[in-house]
Amino acid sequence: MSEKVIYVMYDDDGVLKDGAKKLVSKGVKISDTFSPFPIHGIDPIIGVKNTRLGIMSFLYGLTGLTLATIGMRFFMIDDWPMNIGGKPSFSYLENVLSFVPISFEFTVMCAAHGMAITYLLRNKTLPGMPAQNPDPRTTDDKFVIEIRTSENSIEEKDLDKLIKDTGFIEIDKKTI
Amino acid sequence: MQKEAAIREPLILGHKSYHDITEDVCRPIEDKAPKMWYILFGIALVIGLYGVGCILYLLGTGVGVWGLNKTIGWAWDITNFVWWVGIGHAGTLISAVLLLFRQKWRMAINRSAEAMTIFAVFMAGLFPLIHMGRLWVGYWVMPIPNQFGSLWVNFNSPLLWDVFAISTYLSVGLVFWYIGLIPDFATIRDRAKKPVSKKMYTILAFGWSGRAKQWNRFELVSLVLAGLATPLVFSVHSIVSFDFATSVIPGWHTTIFPPYFVAGAVFSGFAMVQTLLLIMRKAMNLEAYIHTKHVEYMNIVIMVTGSIVGTAYITELFISWYSGVEYEAYAFINRATGPYWWSYAAMMTCNVVSPQLMWFRKLRRSLLFTFFISIVVNIGMWFERYVIIVTSIHRDYLPSSWSMHYPSPIDIGVYIGTIGLFFVFFLLFARFFPVLALNEVKSILKGSGQSYKESPDYYKTH
Repeated sequence: MSEKVIYVMYDDDGVLKDGAKKLVSKGVKISDTFSPFPIHGIDPIIGVKNTRLGIMSFLYGLTGLTLATIGMRFFMIDDWPMNIGGKPSFSYLENVLSFVPISFEFTVMCAAHGMAITYLLRNKTLPGMPAQNPDPRTTDDKFVIEIRTSENSIEEKDLDKLIKDTGFIEIDKKTI
Repeated sequence: MQKEAAIREPLILGHKSYHDITEDVCRPIEDKAPKMWYILFGIALVIGLYGVGCILYLLGTGVGVWGLNKTIGWAWDITNFVWWVGIGHAGTLISAVLLLFRQKWRMAINRSAEAMTIFAVFMAGLFPLIHMGRLWVGYWVMPIPNQFGSLWVNFNSPLLWDVFAISTYLSVGLVFWYIGLIPDFATIRDRAKKPVSKKMYTILAFGWSGRAKQWNRFELVSLVLAGLATPLVFSVHSIVSFDFATSVIPGWHTTIFPPYFVAGAVFSGFAMVQTLLLIMRKAMNLEAYIHTKHVEYMNIVIMVTGSIVGTAYITELFISWYSGVEYEAYAFINRATGPYWWSYAAMMTCNVVSPQLMWFRKLRRSLLFTFFISIVVNIGMWFERYVIIVTSIHRDYLPSSWSMHYPSPIDIGVYIGTIGLFFVFFLLFARFFPVLALNEVKSILKGSGQSYKESPDYYKTH
């Protein structure tokens, strides 16, 4: 069965939000929105869950800290304990103070880069990827709601009626 | 949408719409570059190439071409390094610390301030690299398994901490900057008409489409990166100060260094931001977005950090006497009254006196005066590092080793050259990149725009 995607365009983020609220309260499932900047408060309305990238960042940071600790313990204590100014490197704990700066820096480096790479992969944004927004104006000043007929049990005619009340400026239907 | 007090000055002047913001930021990129851009770019390029020539000569001949001697083994190279790192502190402070504090005025300036930061850290990183003399073995600073036996770098050394600090700072700063740039590149991509620029911006925009989930992640990533970058800003210059503070040279061996260096870095960084932005807003017609209020906020930061720096100078002076260590006391008396008194005087005037003028509302809201002071502060901060480094070591423990430092033409050439290269990078950025975080600015239009301030219902009726 062919699926239809309906793109409803608005020229204001507030109008889109009100419209989305109305549609959702009537039982319409909105699959996505496209906007030039984050529309605050749209996520709970259309059912977008909060990202867990923050947890990932913490885990990457923890990895960095572990690596830095293992690494410096190996280099400075196990493999080649240098005697610096009569202060030999006997144990990690006795020397830990001078390892604090690099442990910190390496933690931050892993947390930041790990999160950034995960972010780009999860977003499917990588160098050279084609744009997926339905209309080039959505990165300028237009806001679009995407509704898929396959995700909705409501008839297309009824959908059109519901959408009509939301104050949109353009509507576009695509069969995929 | 956040509500904001009506008595606060609007951050975006004029009755702008979302589309106007896109137009205002993208037009300078899409139009032909003005003649002035080519002239400035040409000058910067010539100076930059001269610097590259000096660096190549230095690498070919050896570090002996600098005006160093047995007593003064560190002079302009490390002065320039610290100066550039310091300048490279404003960008991340603006975008990270001010993001955590939810300061909306940062949005108009964070993009270019971060670009400036990255280019400044490039220039800073150049100095330790060329200081090695043999640039091609620069990778030896990394703990890489090697064939020299178990030869590792020394993790107890502040110089190695610096390697990690600067490389983390540069790479995290770059990532933070680029993640913010992606949605704005998408805007330019979707407007581009010429095939070449369309192709270029398509690659740069990474296929961004502005989906709800993408924005959800974007906001969290920005916040977490800001949270990570904030301690990074403070740690990096603290670690730079450890290069000196952990030594045993009178004048360097002080516990006040980390906070004092960080304040100094923010101080000089904001001054450089002012210098660049005051020109850029005029040249690119961005007066509606970067206006007197932004300049005033930045001047207040300059005033506060300048006062911290001034307090640190005086504390240092007092403690050198109070410590009862005669070497320590001499180091400071010599700074103020010795053969380098003029650089101490320049530092004191530029860094302690000039920011205090910002207490006057009229002065801190005057763009011309701000521009003048920003240059004064940059000169002063260069002298601060020069005073700390050269005057502390030019009087060695043995009077027979006492010496003076005279910069060689290569010293001067390398320094001036990095300024040229910095401007080459910045001008390229201003020409091809969105200089304003335009999509972020759109998100504050309804709360902080002039139209909203004048009548809160403006955007409901228009």
